[in-house]
Amino acid sequence: MIKFQEIKKSFLVSLWFMFLTFPIMVIRVNPIEKIVEWRWKNMIIVGIGSFLLSFVWRYMLKKREAGEKRAETWESGKTSFMQRILEERRFYIPLVTGLTIIAVAFPFIFSMYQTSIMTTALMYIVLGLGLNIVVGLAGLLDLGYVAFYAVGAYSYALLNHHFGLGFWSALPIGAVLGFIFGILLGFPVLRLRGDYLAIVTLGFGEIIRLVLKNWNEFSFGPSGIANIDRPGFFGIQFSLQAATIYLYFLMIGLVIFTIIVVNRLQNSRIGRAWIALREDETACQAMGIDKTRTKLRAFALGATWAGMVGVIFAAKTTFINPASFTFLESAMILSIVVLGGMGSISGVIIGALILILLPEYLRAFSDYRVLIFGAIMVIMMVFRPQGIISNIRRTYKFNE
Amino acid sequence: MEYFLELVLGGLTRGSIYALIALGYTMVYGIIELINFAHGEIYMIGAFTALIFTSVLTLLGFNEIAVIVLASLLAVIYSSAYGYTVEKIVYKPLRHAPRLSPLISAIGMSIFLQNYVLLAQTSDFLPFPNLIPEFEFIKPYRYIISSPEIVILITTSTVMILLTFLIKFTRIGKAMRATAQDMNMAMLVGVNVNRVISITFVIGSALAALGGVLIASHVGQINFYIGFIAGIKAFTAAVLGGIGSIPGAVLGALILGLTESFATGYVSSDYEDVFAFGLLVLILIFRPAGILGRVTTKKV
Repeated sequence: MIKFQEIKKSFLVSLWFMFLTFPIMVIRVNPIEKIVEWRWKNMIIVGIGSFLLSFVWRYMLKKREAGEKRAETWESGKTSFMQRILEERRFYIPLVTGLTIIAVAFPFIFSMYQTSIMTTALMYIVLGLGLNIVVGLAGLLDLGYVAFYAVGAYSYALLNHHFGLGFWSALPIGAVLGFIFGILLGFPVLRLRGDYLAIVTLGFGEIIRLVLKNWNEFSFGPSGIANIDRPGFFGIQFSLQAATIYLYFLMIGLVIFTIIVVNRLQNSRIGRAWIALREDETACQAMGIDKTRTKLRAFALGATWAGMVGVIFAAKTTFINPASFTFLESAMILSIVVLGGMGSISGVIIGALILILLPEYLRAFSDYRVLIFGAIMVIMMVFRPQGIISNIRRTYKFNE
Repeated sequence: MEYFLELVLGGLTRGSIYALIALGYTMVYGIIELINFAHGEIYMIGAFTALIFTSVLTLLGFNEIAVIVLASLLAVIYSSAYGYTVEKIVYKPLRHAPRLSPLISAIGMSIFLQNYVLLAQTSDFLPFPNLIPEFEFIKPYRYIISSPEIVILITTSTVMILLTFLIKFTRIGKAMRATAQDMNMAMLVGVNVNRVISITFVIGSALAALGGVLIASHVGQINFYIGFIAGIKAFTAAVLGGIGSIPGAVLGALILGLTESFATGYVSSDYEDVFAFGLLVLILIFRPAGILGRVTTKKV
């Protein structure tokens, strides 16, 4: 039964939040017309909401503590349900076959609009996987990931505008430019502590956006670049409908390519160096891992993927301007990685699908989308830092 | 020469505002060694609270001085309350987690607070009333310095002297310094570390709110996004001076303010923010410990 003390605690919490949200939630002023609007209804909502949420919060905290104790005594005896599905061939093969069938049939079953949304979701999967290399594997918090995305998009848009360069030749150029920018930015800051990196990348993301916005001669300023060519196929240009389907399959291909690459990277020498570096830098250096170079590789590789998806983004929307590359975008990609599970490929895919598709179908909540991103980051970090699907470390079992 | 002087004073004003915000970063960093990403948002909420209460109190018919004092006081109280709550939600449950976790959760909180204000209030720029009256004695020098600038300079220097006093000579200041040096050791000698951390957040937030009120009434408009850029700049200032060091934060903020003032005055104002970031990157390359920061070697 819920104790009286618990109720009292929650009551106090709800009082505190009613006090806290009073000026922002209840009063709305219009300084020009000098009207003050009182919204007392909001206060009641906040009161009841925080009363209930404080129970949930405490319950989850208790559960977390219990979980920590169990982990100490059992030493991770059981694998979770999701992990078992991913590990055992019996479940794994039908799952992959099913997914393949759905993926191939998708554009022919659903409308163009749905296909277009799905393509966007696939783009975020690739972006998430790219950021996952940086944040999840190497443990470097990159808050300016969108800058590399912008580099890719603008490199295709500008090359196409000035020289009429096609999509396929721009794709590797975008990737290479992303890589170069990754190295250029990474070089000065990667020698530093993790939290400096976070804020410098944040600043860098803003710089790129500001430069694109203000340097009119170069990037056409806030009005952006329009009429970018859609991708063609050996010189054939498609109709809008065919191009949508074409882009969809292109993204499917890129997703598969990315999954393979990231998966191979994870278990490679570099990948293990990244994970080791994330866990303990000092020990790593003692083992002879070049800290800066290893980090730089992660950073540049992550940037490469962003550059590539940037090219595709420009080709998909055929119009780009600096407003598409705000910090919000970086935050969204980061919350995909955090929600899905840092370092876990399947987690990132599920995270991207949830965060991109759900707001599309729940239009009523679209205003609250970014608010929820923020809340997700806090809640996941406090209660489930490993994400929905935690990264499975390859373990070798000793069979007697 | 007059233009130069104007730029210097403008830079100092700007710098002293940055200093108020940078102090919050540096104090929190000094104690828990984490960047409080939500700090810029606390500053923004301070400015909004002040705006809201100014309008309400003016409509209720208070006189001008009472409005200024009460609105600033309420802004400081509310920002402190927000700072306290943010610490309890974002940092306290993650005290022993890996460093990446509190960073991400603080960024989440910052995004949350931004959108909370956006949804509950408005996305438009709101005009902020000029709270600071024109002084008579300043009239002859008006083309060099305005009265808001004088008020800002005097307020920030007073606050900084008070803060130095608090940290150097009071009991809680001593506890803060002890916690900053070695948290476990401070715990062993009976310092309530959780309380010290809370108090640090509260003081930092109160300073940020004061900065928010001052700059909002100086600039004349606010929106939900002001905390983002101000946060980054204040952080730059804190790093420039050497993060964790209180005089460093003030020095760094003044240098940053002057740099920006000269850069916008003599070069171009379009790239105002770019100069600050450029400065940040340069410091990080050449002197990551900052001007007054000590280079520490980590023992393993």
